[in-house]
Amino acid sequence: MNLSYLFDSAHWDLSAPGGFPQLILAHLGYVALALLIGTVIALPVGLYIGHTGRGSFIAINSGNAGRSLPTLGLLMLMVTLLGLGLTPVLIALTVLVIPPILTSAYAGMRTLDHRVVDAAKGMGMRPWQVLFKVEVPMALPVLMSGFRSAALQVVATATVAAAVGLSGLGRLLIDGLAVNDYSRVLAGAIVVAVLAVLLDLFLALVQRWIVSPGMTGRAQSRSRRATI
Amino acid sequence: MIQYLTNNHEVVLAALRQHIYLALLPVLFGLLLSLPIGYLGVRFPWFYHPLVNVCGVLYSIPSLALFVFLPVILGTKILAPMNIVVALTIYTVALLARTVADGLRAVDPVITQSATAMGYRRLRRLLDVELPVAAPVILAGLRVATVSNISLVSVGALIGIGGLGQLFTRGFQLFYLEPIIIGIILSVLLAAVADLIIVLVQRALTPWTRYQRGGAA
Repeated sequence: MNLSYLFDSAHWDLSAPGGFPQLILAHLGYVALALLIGTVIALPVGLYIGHTGRGSFIAINSGNAGRSLPTLGLLMLMVTLLGLGLTPVLIALTVLVIPPILTSAYAGMRTLDHRVVDAAKGMGMRPWQVLFKVEVPMALPVLMSGFRSAALQVVATATVAAAVGLSGLGRLLIDGLAVNDYSRVLAGAIVVAVLAVLLDLFLALVQRWIVSPGMTGRAQSRSRRATI
Repeated sequence: MIQYLTNNHEVVLAALRQHIYLALLPVLFGLLLSLPIGYLGVRFPWFYHPLVNVCGVLYSIPSLALFVFLPVILGTKILAPMNIVVALTIYTVALLARTVADGLRAVDPVITQSATAMGYRRLRRLLDVELPVAAPVILAGLRVATVSNISLVSVGALIGIGGLGQLFTRGFQLFYLEPIIIGIILSVLLAAVADLIIVLVQRALTPWTRYQRGGAA
């Protein structure tokens, strides 16, 4: 295995076109946009379905249906329909992130202890208060795990953007492959994997920060924490 | 669309056959590997967290990179379908080993205690009691792995071996919709059929779950 491409400092120059910093930035840009659009679409739908129980058929089945859609096929379909550019890539990646977010929002809401919701209603909370002060905070751990798996998937899959001429870390794979430069391909693979691990760690920290200590057991016993 | 199918049915069928073979063989291998690995994560508690983390990292390697890189490690040819099979087996293990461990860990201790009290030794207790009880969880993971494998195979088309994915690249190169749409439809159908088969197998293997109120997922 040849790590020369990865450790060549010229490729880490901030201003080098096609260097790691610019590719990473583009890659994270696609990831962030897809996650943002996917969340804006899927989160309200998932919360609504979980809150009301209406349309749970959609929530349960969209997970598997979405997973079975081949992202590469969808991407190439969109490019053929809309032409090259950012939009087809974003559509394909957004379709990838919607099912895990929607399903986990629904699942998080459905697995709540109904007595807690009833208690909140009994205390005189309005429906919106019940939703945002009780149900959503309690569903957050499940929701975040869905969001994290969506993020992992999209980081790995955003490499296909390079197959239709866009930037991102897939460039190293596609271009390296085209000229039989395995050192470059290896560099791309390693950087994507490291990026995915770092992103997941970051989201784990975010989760720790936004999930109420009452949900994780941190509030009760600090000695038990070793298991989490 | 019909016109394209009648003219190219041999190409499409060959792609479909390759897709089935490339996607489902790894599911089988992955399941066979995940059962012992997942069990180790239960048997030795210190092994559980490293297992979860390694699985997470393995799953985050982009499939394209893995497809391209395995030949370098395995010494196979870049166009050998073996690479796809090994890569997808790795993904299947990454998904399933953790599910197997979680499923076995979730078995109610009362159940294992009863089995031990009835005289079950460790191995027989595992095979006859714990695995069947954990089956719904494991099979749910198997459904995810199968469906995502079927979808991932097509990425192999970027290096020339992708089953139905070849219809995508062909359509993309010719700027021609038909093969892409046919490829997507067949891929989704294949996933739906495979998923349905696992659900039916699960119903046959775990008849008791149907008597629970509300049923198990």
